[in-house]
Formats: sequence, structure tokens, C-alpha cells
Amino acid sequence: MDYSAIFSYMYTEIALAGVIVAVLLYDLIAGERGRRYFQTFVCLLMLFFVAGTVYPYHGGTADVFGGMYQYTPVAGIVKSILAIGTLIVFLQSDAWLSREDTRFKRGEFYVLTLSTLLGMDFMVSAGHFMMFFIGMELASVPMACLVAFDKYKGNSAEAGAKFILSALFASGLMLYGISFFYGTAGTLYFEDMAAKIDGSPLQILSLVFFFTGLGFKLSLVPFHLWTADTYQGAPTSVTSYLSVVSKAAAAFILTVIFVKVFPSVSDYWQLMLYIVIVLSITVANVFAIRQKNLKRFMAFSSISQAGYIMLGVICGTPYGMTSLIFYLLVYMAANLAAFGVISTVEQHSGGKTGIEDYNGLYRTNPKLAVIMTLALFSLAGIPPFAGFFSKFFIFAAAFEQGFHVLVFIALINTVISLYYYLLIVKAMFITPNENPVPAFRSDRGTRLSLLLCLAGIIALGIVSSVFDGIGLYSFGM
Amino acid sequence: MNILSLFPAIPLLMMLGLWLSRNKKQIHAVMVTGASLLLGLSIALVFIYLGMRADGHDSGMVLTDSLMWYKPLNIEYSVGVDGISVAMILLSAIIVFTGTFASWKMTDGVKEFFMWFCLLSVGVFGFFISVDLFTMFMFYEVALIPMYLLIGVWGTGKKEYSAMKLTLMLMGGSALILIGILGIYFGSGAVTMNINEIAALDNIPLSMQRVWFPIVFVGFGVLGALFPFHTWSPDGHASAPTAVSMLHAGVLMKLGGYGCFRIAMYLLPDAAQELSWIFIILTTISVVYGAFSACVQTDLKYINAYSSVSHCGLVLFAILMMNATASTGAVLQMLSHGLMTALFFALIGMIYGRTHTRDIRELSGLMKIMPFLSVCYVIAGLANLGLPGLSGFVAEMTIFNGAFMLDDTFHRVVTVIACTSIVITAVYILRLVGKILYGTCTNPEHLKLTDATWDEKLAVVVLIAAIAGLGLFPLWMSDMISDSVLPVISHILN
Repeated sequence: MDYSAIFSYMYTEIALAGVIVAVLLYDLIAGERGRRYFQTFVCLLMLFFVAGTVYPYHGGTADVFGGMYQYTPVAGIVKSILAIGTLIVFLQSDAWLSREDTRFKRGEFYVLTLSTLLGMDFMVSAGHFMMFFIGMELASVPMACLVAFDKYKGNSAEAGAKFILSALFASGLMLYGISFFYGTAGTLYFEDMAAKIDGSPLQILSLVFFFTGLGFKLSLVPFHLWTADTYQGAPTSVTSYLSVVSKAAAAFILTVIFVKVFPSVSDYWQLMLYIVIVLSITVANVFAIRQKNLKRFMAFSSISQAGYIMLGVICGTPYGMTSLIFYLLVYMAANLAAFGVISTVEQHSGGKTGIEDYNGLYRTNPKLAVIMTLALFSLAGIPPFAGFFSKFFIFAAAFEQGFHVLVFIALINTVISLYYYLLIVKAMFITPNENPVPAFRSDRGTRLSLLLCLAGIIALGIVSSVFDGIGLYSFGM
Repeated sequence: MNILSLFPAIPLLMMLGLWLSRNKKQIHAVMVTGASLLLGLSIALVFIYLGMRADGHDSGMVLTDSLMWYKPLNIEYSVGVDGISVAMILLSAIIVFTGTFASWKMTDGVKEFFMWFCLLSVGVFGFFISVDLFTMFMFYEVALIPMYLLIGVWGTGKKEYSAMKLTLMLMGGSALILIGILGIYFGSGAVTMNINEIAALDNIPLSMQRVWFPIVFVGFGVLGALFPFHTWSPDGHASAPTAVSMLHAGVLMKLGGYGCFRIAMYLLPDAAQELSWIFIILTTISVVYGAFSACVQTDLKYINAYSSVSHCGLVLFAILMMNATASTGAVLQMLSHGLMTALFFALIGMIYGRTHTRDIRELSGLMKIMPFLSVCYVIAGLANLGLPGLSGFVAEMTIFNGAFMLDDTFHRVVTVIACTSIVITAVYILRLVGKILYGTCTNPEHLKLTDATWDEKLAVVVLIAAIAGLGLFPLWMSDMISDSVLPVISHILN
């Protein structure tokens, strides 16, 4: 076997494994003083990692391990996006990790998060259902530990339990579906399976099982019931990671599998997605209006955003895929900015995450309030912020494929979503408050991360080269 | 760089300047410099445009320029103006200029207020210079969203409710526009989003036009206060701070009429001819209903807001007549209504700033106390009811003249009904003037009040000069407009 192919095509995973080992070693070697610089160390490592892997070194696609692992330029771009998201989460998490009760386990947080990232990288590049499944499990088991990271807090432990139970259930369903695939097709390689998919009832059934499993990861309605509790209970940095990075990876691999393996039964999965999109967007929007806690609110907002993301999946065209990746990137910038603000306010106000606690935030912390507003505007799709462009592109992609009514429903829902995003803006700017969150100065990492997100929110849309670049590297468009 | 790109660029630079300024003096300096620059530039643009037309440039768009933005969707940043947009840009610049002075005495959150105000003007100017569907839509939404905070934070009365209602209704309209734009783009099979090129292709099948025309027309019609989607307008205008009411009623509502004309009717001409009767009925209701509603209001701003519904209804009514005279009248009405409603809101803001009430039952005899403001109020009222010599007469005369050219029964009947609004307007304007300006002042507190200060006088005088200018010398403006309306109308009719 030619090992050089492994190093030449799996460079992202190998480098990431190297980062994990380095972090583990640092945790062992560094003393009490050294650990104070843990965040700086990890962020620098991640920066080198991102800088080294962001450029797609190979133009074409290639198989490693006989097709178990597939190198594609578009997967490389997604991995870079995931890594950047992780870096931003790390930048935001120091205030929380320096707390008395978590200080001693900083290393664990970084290692666990990076392991999930590694799992997602494998998942994104999978060329075989087993590889995909292993990657997904590698991503979800450490995630459960992360959700329950504040284990002395009741709701964090509860969130962890809920997460692991529903994740296991989803995995079980998915594995059941995959076994049917094997039974009917005789292979689990993506490339070989496409020819064997003939739309027999058993295969359609297993397609549903498979989709249900990923639907849990993506928290689409009706598989979303774990989302709100988990998002609320998990530490805020973990929530933001969960809402952005893990969702992006799952959305991408779902498209890849649908397009590569199931083109012959596209009628079935398009219908399935159609229903799920309408449900996700509408139900989540209606529930988001009633929320009193900002983290729960963001949970429902991210369910509805996942519905919009699925609009890119349902097209199954290269243009749709480009729009999807662009949407993921823009969503990441906006959502991480919002969670960055939530996290820093929570840490500096003794754990305030209620929407009412944000009343009058603009008077005391104008910069944070403005960043939050811009992030929410971007999520709602208001120009000139990036969210407007990503929404427009994804709508155009779906419209082009003839989903006129679906786009219309999605558009009506953007107006509803604007309503509840504006409720937060109203709380921060308009509603008077006797004792708002006092003025404070965030730590350096958070400020840097918010600045990065802000740059993304403003520039990603106006500068067209990002979108063009994704299309160019992925599909030569 | 194209001169047109300066129009959105200057407010952007003003925002930067505001962000850097440290005290009220610097804020005012930035605003006055920027607004004067815009006003000067827009007047220059009129002369440049007239000069280019005299030199025999094409009667379509001039000063065109385009820059590829998003290749996969053929989205370009393309700009260009014709007589209609030049007139609208001039109007916007006048309102921004006078709006700045009308909010001179503002004390709370001045910097943020003007920053949002400038963002609003970026959207307005950008909308009028764009000829690309996407860019135009983007600027349209840029102009909408600052309204939420401008009304919500600096407004009066039930401001939170009004701000939310206004934003959601307008955003709902823009959702319709967005799907209409996608329908037009993919339906025409064009490889461009340029409005003129899509119009030249003219190959959207009629069955699709029938779907997209009502959607786009209603989408823009929401902003143009089309009945029954006008309900945001009275609440929104009544709650907004003075300068925002001015800009919103004066300019932003014109975006609706302009969009209906430029996108809905120009790009979907066949369906426009077929379905225009539905919207003619709706706009006739707007015109008459708005006027009647204004008669029974007691809040000065509500009266003016309903009057705006009536007058903006007339704009949509006129463009649906689909002949050159009525459409020229529509653009003149946009100009005229923009100027006089801005004047009204400015004066109401000044009166409210002194008396702290807008209820006409509590106001009387103001003529003796603040003669300058009162005389200006009378002038605004006379312009509103269409006195010859002022702009309202020119516009309404042209509209009804054009509407009467269509000699079938349906058009005759609706025109006659719409004409009654002139009388009703006279009723509520004269009642208002008589009630609050004349008679004796019953509230002793009001006797101590003072007349306008220099900044208020400047704002008011500029607006009155523009109204009188348009009323006394309408031809140079109406020639410029009808010159550009003709090709659009002939495209729609063919």
C-alpha cells in the first residue's frame, strides 16, 4: 500500500491529530503557570493549523484506503470553515474556562473539542458508510462530555444525558438503515452504491432511517426535541460550537450522500426534505417567539436556520452546494458573534441569559449591543450584511430547481424570524431597565473573536470573491 | 468613478464622520456638509442630465456604468438614471437637507440618530440610481430596516408597536418583491439582472407574468400605501420623530411607486395591462378612503398620514392608467407630495416641540403666537389641496387630465370617484387651518411660545421654495419627466 497518498491527501486529519497530541502533552507538561497561557497556546496552534490547511493543495479528487476516504477540494473548504469556527469558539471560551470550577480541566475542553472536530473531518471526507459512521460517532461521543462539562450544575448534566441518549438513539436508527443498505446493495462504498439503488421499498425505508439519524444531528423538526434543553444547559461556548460547527458538518455530508449515492431516488428524498424544511422553519419560528431565555431562543433560531440550510441540500446542484457552503460560513460568523456576546455577558453578570436581562444593554455596553444587533440582522437576512446575500443565493438556487412554493414559504418565515430577532434588538435598545447589566470589558480573546465575526458579517457579502472562490475551487464554476 | 455612485457614497462617508465626531457641533458640521454636498450634487445632476439629453443622448438610461459583482447569478452593480430617477434623487436630497435642519434641536442620542438617518439615505439614493434588480432590492431593504430603530428609539406615543408593525409589513412586502425578482430573472431566461436588458428581451411568458405581476405590485404597493396594506403608514408616521417622518413620507413611500412603475409594470407589461383593473379599484379606494379618514382624525400627524395615503394612492392610480400624461403626473405627484408632506411633518414637529400636543382640539389661535410657522402651515395646506401656483395643482391636474384620456366607462367612473378626493382634501385642510391657526388662543400656556428659529426657518423656506418653484415653473421638470416616461409607457403598451 502506498503510504504517501495518505500523507498527501489526509493532511488535514494528520495535522489535526498532531494538534491534539500537542495539546495533550501541553496539558501534561505545563505547570500551574503554564496553563494560564493555555488558550494562547491552543489558539496559536489552531491558527497554524488553519493557515496550513486552508489552501486546497490538490485540484482533483482522490481516493485513500481504497475509497474509504475521499479527498475532494470542496470537502477541504468545509474543513477549513469548521476549523475557523472552532478557533473562534476557543477564542471566546477563556473567560468561562478560567472560572474556579473549570480551571483545572481546560485541557480536557480543548482536547474533547478537537476530537469532535477530527471526527467531523473524517465524516466530511467519508467515501464509505462505515467511515462516515465512525466519524460521526467520534464527533458525538466527546460532544456529550462537552455538553455535561459543568457537571456540578444540574442543567448541564441533564443536557448531557439528553444529548447522549438522543444521539445514541439516532445512531442506532441510522445504523439500522445502513445495514439495510448493505443488505440490498451489497456494498457500502458511495461510488459503488449509486448503481445499486433502485428505489425498492426496503431501500426507501432505510433512506428514511438514515435521514432520521442525521436529522437528529441537524436538529430538524420533528427530530429537534433535544435541542432547546441541550442548548440551554450546555456551557455557552459548547452551545455555540454545537450550533455551528457540528451542524455545518452534518449538513454538508448529507448533501454529499444524497447527491452521490441517491441521485436515482431524488424524488423521494426531495419530498422528504420538502416536508422537513417547511416544518423546521415554521415550527421553530413559532416557538422562538415565546422564548424567555436567550440560549433557548438561539436554539430555536438555529433549528429554523437549519431549515434554510436544507434549502441548499434539496437542490442537489453544484450551484446549490456552493450556496450551501457560503450559507454555512455566513451563518457561522453571525451565530458565533451572537453566542460570543451571550457568553461574555453571562460570564460578567453572574450567569444572566434571560432576554429581559438584556433590557437596556445598549446604555451600558453599546459595543456588545451593536455587535449582537448586526449578528441578528445577518441571521434575519437584512442587507448589507452577509446573511442577506447567503439567503438570496440559497433561495435563488432552490427557485431555479422549481421549488417556487417552498421558497415562498421560506420567505414568509424570514419575516416572522425578523419579528423575534427584533424583539432582542428592542430589548437592548428600546426597553428601559432600572438595573441593566453593568458596563464591563471583555477579555482579549472574546474581543478578537467578535471582531473577526463582525468582519465576516460585514465583508463576506459585499466582497464577492469569497462566494466566487468557493464555487471556483469546488466546482470550477 | 461614476458621479452616481457618489450619492450612496456620501452618506456612507457621513456615517464614518459621525462615528468619529465627539460632540454635537462636529455632528452638525458633518451633517450639514454632507447634506449640502448631496443637494448641490443633485442639482448638478439635473443640469448634467438635461445637458446630455440636449446633446442627443439616448432617452433611456444615461450615465450608465456597471461592475460585475456575483458572476454565477449575473448580479452586477449597475447604475444609470433617466428623468424619473433624476427627479427622485433631487427630491431625496432636498428632504435629507431639510430633515437635517428640522432635527437640529435634538438632544438625545444625536450621533446614533443621524447615523441611522444616513444609512436610510444610503438605501434611498442607492435605490434610485440602481438599474440591477438585485442591487435595487438590496438598497430597498437597506432603506427599510433603520426605520425600526429610528421610530422605536426616538419616536413618540406607542412607538414600539408602530415600529414593529411598520417593519414587519414592509418586510413582508419585500419578501413578495424578492420572490417576484427571482420569478422575473428565471422566467425571462436572461443572463443579466439589468432591468433594461430584461425589458428588451421581453420574453416572460404571459402565464408567469400573471403570477408575478400581482406579487411584485403588491410588494412595492405596501410601501406605496396601497389599500388594504396601508395600515402601517398612519401609525408609523405618527410615532416617528420629525426628520424620519419627513424622509419616510417624503421619499421612502415614493420607492413603492417607483418600484411599481419600474419593475412591476415595465418588466411584466402584458400582465400589467390585463390585471390593472384590480389595482385601479384598490388605488381608488386608497385615494378616497385616505381622504375621508383624514377628515375624522384629531392628531395632526394622523391627519397628514392619511392624507399621504390618499396622495400616494393617487400616484399608483396614475401609473396604472398607463398613458404618458398620467404617468408624468404620477412622477410630478411623487415630487409634489414628497415636498409638501415633508413640509407638513416639519411644521407639525416644530409645533409639537413647542406645544407638546398634536391634538387639534387643544390647539387654537396659533397664528398670533407663531405667525411664521402658521403662514407656512397655510401654504403647505394650500399646496395639499391643489391651489394653482403650487406644486399640488400641477401634479393632480396632469394626473386627472391623463386619466380622462381613457374614454371607456370603467376608467371614467374611477377617475370621477378619485377626483372627489380633491374636494375632501379641501374639507379637512381648511377645517384644520381654521381650527388650529385662527380664532383665539384658549390655552394661556401657549401664549408664551415663540416663533421659529433660524434652523427651522431654513428648513421650511427651502421646502416652500421648492414647492412654489415646481408650481410656478412646472414645464422644465415635467418635460424632463415625460421625456423618460414615454419609452417606458410605449414598452408597456406594446
